[in-house]
Amino acid sequence: MTEQPDVIPCTDAVRQLWDYLDNAVSPEDQKLVERHLSFCRACCGELEFAKELRTLLAARGAVELPADVRSRLERFVQEL
Amino acid sequence: MVDEQDRSEGSFRCLAVAELPALYGLARRLLRDGAEDLVQETLLRGFRAYETLADDEASGRWLKTIMVNVFRDQLRKQARSVDELPVEDVENFSLYRTIADEDPFPYSDTLHDDFLGAFDRQDVREVLMRLPEIYRAPLVLRYMDGFATKEIAAALGTPLGTILARLHRGRKRFEKELWAYADECGLLLEGEVG
Repeated sequence: MTEQPDVIPCTDAVRQLWDYLDNAVSPEDQKLVERHLSFCRACCGELEFAKELRTLLAARGAVELPADVRSRLERFVQEL
Repeated sequence: MVDEQDRSEGSFRCLAVAELPALYGLARRLLRDGAEDLVQETLLRGFRAYETLADDEASGRWLKTIMVNVFRDQLRKQARSVDELPVEDVENFSLYRTIADEDPFPYSDTLHDDFLGAFDRQDVREVLMRLPEIYRAPLVLRYMDGFATKEIAAALGTPLGTILARLHRGRKRFEKELWAYADECGLLLEGEVG
């Protein structure tokens, strides 16, 4: 990105993207990130990719409870 | 659903059985081995502390928090010192840029989506298991189980600032390991894209 006055560099913006998506940055930093994104197409791509990565984590985290494990755990619960 | 005042052994058993899939899922995300033991220890502690459950609606989260406490205690008991990753080791890595630069699927118009689409549940689990526990646990709790960062800090008994730093490094390390895993396991081969 061409340097703009009062615009944080890409490294600073990218470092804060996940926190930005988590609403975990200060209002000042939020404005700085958003101002950067309004100028920088590459970092907009980073932002979209960060969203996709979060979706990947959320969507691929499911775990099946095998029937034999369920059976043992249910027995454990009944014996408490 | 148990009555608000019902703290009988029977009502605990009802809620425990209902929560077994969620508890086992979290245990498997936290640990490579020993998930069933972690669930059992969680149920035992939950049973003993059942009277302290304030809100029946939150019983699932309550049991998961107990599980994170047990997990934390196990880590401490193992007294395994896991070195913090040096910041510079991962700080400058960008999976987004790496995919764009390396262009593993040259005929694709949706390069980044194709890359992520190549990972199934087992692949993602394997990549997470490559991360040291101190980085994996915050990532799992935040992005797979929906804990707030403050809740993670409290459950793991770790200062909030440390959790935020570990989340940051964990995310970068996760990105780096995704790329390494895809390369090692042939997910970048043309034709492997789903």
